[in-house]
Amino acid sequence: MKLRPDLAIIADAVPRASRVLDVGCGDGELMAALQSKGVDTRGLEIDPDNVTAAIARGQSVVQGDANRDLADYPDDAFDYAILSQTLQTTERPDRVVDELLRIAPRAFVSFPNFAHWRVRLALLWNGRMPVTRLLPVAWYETPNIHHVTVSDFRDLVRAKGIKVERVWHLSGDRPASDAAASWRAEHAIFLISR
Amino acid sequence: MASLLHDIQHHSVTIAAPLPLDSGQVLGSVTIAYQSYGALNPDKSNAVLICHALTGDQYVASDHPATGKPGWWARMVGPGKPIDTDRFHVICANVLGSCMGTSGPASPDAATGAPLGMAFPVITITDMVRAQAMLLDHLGISRLHAVVGGSMGGMQTLAWAATYPGRLASALVIASAARHSAQNIAFHEVGRQAIMADPDWQDGQYYGSARAPTKGLAVARMAAHITYLSEEGLTEKFGRRLQARDIKSFGFDADFQVESYLRHQGLAFTDRFDANAYLYITRAMDYFDLADPHDGRLAGAFAAAKDVRFTLVSFDTDWLYPTSESRRVVQALQSVGAAASFVELSAPFGHDSFLLDVPALDRLVAGSLLAGLA
Repeated sequence: MKLRPDLAIIADAVPRASRVLDVGCGDGELMAALQSKGVDTRGLEIDPDNVTAAIARGQSVVQGDANRDLADYPDDAFDYAILSQTLQTTERPDRVVDELLRIAPRAFVSFPNFAHWRVRLALLWNGRMPVTRLLPVAWYETPNIHHVTVSDFRDLVRAKGIKVERVWHLSGDRPASDAAASWRAEHAIFLISR
Repeated sequence: MASLLHDIQHHSVTIAAPLPLDSGQVLGSVTIAYQSYGALNPDKSNAVLICHALTGDQYVASDHPATGKPGWWARMVGPGKPIDTDRFHVICANVLGSCMGTSGPASPDAATGAPLGMAFPVITITDMVRAQAMLLDHLGISRLHAVVGGSMGGMQTLAWAATYPGRLASALVIASAARHSAQNIAFHEVGRQAIMADPDWQDGQYYGSARAPTKGLAVARMAAHITYLSEEGLTEKFGRRLQARDIKSFGFDADFQVESYLRHQGLAFTDRFDANAYLYITRAMDYFDLADPHDGRLAGAFAAAKDVRFTLVSFDTDWLYPTSESRRVVQALQSVGAAASFVELSAPFGHDSFLLDVPALDRLVAGSLLAGLA
């Protein structure tokens, strides 16, 4: 079983024996990879079928909504919080980031970069909301209600005084150079800290 | 009926140690009837305790001795089943206060030998759990791989984690709650009043007489049975259909199928349950509120249970113990840092979903029991 590239990067970057909350954990794929290296993992997931699948594979997962239910976790309950490919679907991404860094001192946040050149071209040439590999759903039914670019995210964390520890850029599931990442990165993974 | 019920022989142990109760009273000794399935491994680490619901019993996966029907969770417990008896040693004990061989209101007074009736002390869910712990002590099992229960069984499971957090590795709580709500208590009070209003109840001293409060017990069961089903399920199963007739009788026979069904459920129940036991167990459930000893803070009940793995399951059509009650438990567990899983499953059967064919529940039960196994 091969992990999605952004998840593989996160799985690799989380230190052994740490405590992790995976927000939007799906069926527990990343959690399983983390557990195999001795990480204590918990998950939050909105879809009951995914929650059932994750619990059935032995994961500790709570059915819940990142927009509301992060409030139930105490301060500093974890070493790392993970939010992969979910930020752009939340009602208030800024508040979700605040919650992640309340629950844990560090957080991984990954999202599709809305300033990738394909997205820019789709808008510029077609004048239509882009439908791409990472954003595959038409505008009227997409769960991605807060599109965000690499530069937008940097602005947000800077405004909040949040530190960026490390950034990974990916293009076509492969690492992309940091140079010109704003338009060359299909998605980005940020490791941020208070 | 009651006398026939009490003639059944059950596998049981009598433990001659006192059992102090929440009420302040003490049972001098306690008899516990239980069934077990699957082999206990040499280091006694594979024991799973199943806690039964209000009118359940220890015959979780064996035919009921009074009705001959298959065990109440035979679909869940057995070789190769989600609670796999090829792997686990499964124990299920009749709860304290019940009528299938464990000490309860039909038990004899130590001095006179006559049935105790209402002289049996009022018990609580935690008292039931204390009795189970005495059984495990007797069996030499110091730590359980898991405690599993639905409905009142889930309350016992939560009470296990609160009372003996070091004695269980995981807790599986299905369609349950950490307290009885006003509505829960209200329905139980209707049932108790039905029993006590039956002249055959005789202040609980009916055991020696030829009369037992079967009418009152049947009405109690009818009222309770409604709470176990969803409105949607009732509508689908019965609608407004008439029972074995084409026109209304303009009388008070069971014109509607739903009436006939409830009457049958009520009557059949009296073959397998004792009215006084129903009073005592519903009382225990009504007194249940795990937050009560902790100034209303439920998290306080789980302060020492953060190393227990919890799995909670609710059903979207269960209005008796709704999802919000499970979420309340999950929030308390998260606040103490316990590993908690929770999911609300979709099933059409209301509260009774935990006993019925819900494939996702089977997967959850199997998976949560295997988690934490080496």
